[in-house]
Amino acid sequence: MGDISGYHFQIVAALIFSIGALGVLLRRNMIVMFMSIELMLNAANLSLVAFSREIGNDQGQILAFLVMVVAAVEVAVGLAIIISLVRNRDTVNIEDTSALKW
Amino acid sequence: MRTALFWIFSLAAVASALGVVGNLRSPINSALSLVVSMLALAGLYVLLEAQFVGLIQVMVYAGAIVVLFLFVIMLLNLRGSGASGAESQPIVKALGALVVVAATLWLARTLSSGRAPWPDVEQGFGTTRAIGEALYTDYVLSVQVAGVLLLAGIVAAVVLAKKKID
Repeated sequence: MGDISGYHFQIVAALIFSIGALGVLLRRNMIVMFMSIELMLNAANLSLVAFSREIGNDQGQILAFLVMVVAAVEVAVGLAIIISLVRNRDTVNIEDTSALKW
Repeated sequence: MRTALFWIFSLAAVASALGVVGNLRSPINSALSLVVSMLALAGLYVLLEAQFVGLIQVMVYAGAIVVLFLFVIMLLNLRGSGASGAESQPIVKALGALVVVAATLWLARTLSSGRAPWPDVEQGFGTTRAIGEALYTDYVLSVQVAGVLLLAGIVAAVVLAKKKID
């Protein structure tokens, strides 16, 4: 595939993962933080699929599929928690919901 | 051709990921950037001979998960709120951001100096048939556990979102 190797895909995955980590660190909107978590999960999936291509074995793709299942469940439960929080507190700012903060 | 597609898809994925995090106006714009990022990643999966994973990426992520995000944003009518709240610990956060950026640059530098082997894969690698056969023979326990997890997730979502907590 020309001059593109598995390392290029790993670098893209690392960039997307760190953009997601920055989003969780810097943004205060719960929904945007949740989307950043999704970005990080996707970066991990890209890394898995790239390694799977690199060693010519499809186990990485199966693991990526299972990560997607877990991500779907996580989104459903997390958004339900956010809906419940917004109903009771009327805010999506993470600083306003600090009951469990140490 | 493949090299050009790789650069197009990866630039789109990284730029729209930045759009998700850097958009301060409305969560809806972030969700739409997220769709672009997911679709670009699906293109990268197809470039990696993982057609099935790319298809599932389009259907589950771009088709279902982001739509769920949009439903919730519009249901709660959150336009523009919470974009830039009070910063409680700006120094700690700046330090954390600095560490993340430095680690990423170091990782990219290390990775870009290497060369990975790029073997040819056999016919049918990563197709629905290959992945499906593996899932329903060697990994059937994982599929069962995933099914139970999905059921638990559905029940939990219904219970959590049902009514006000006293």
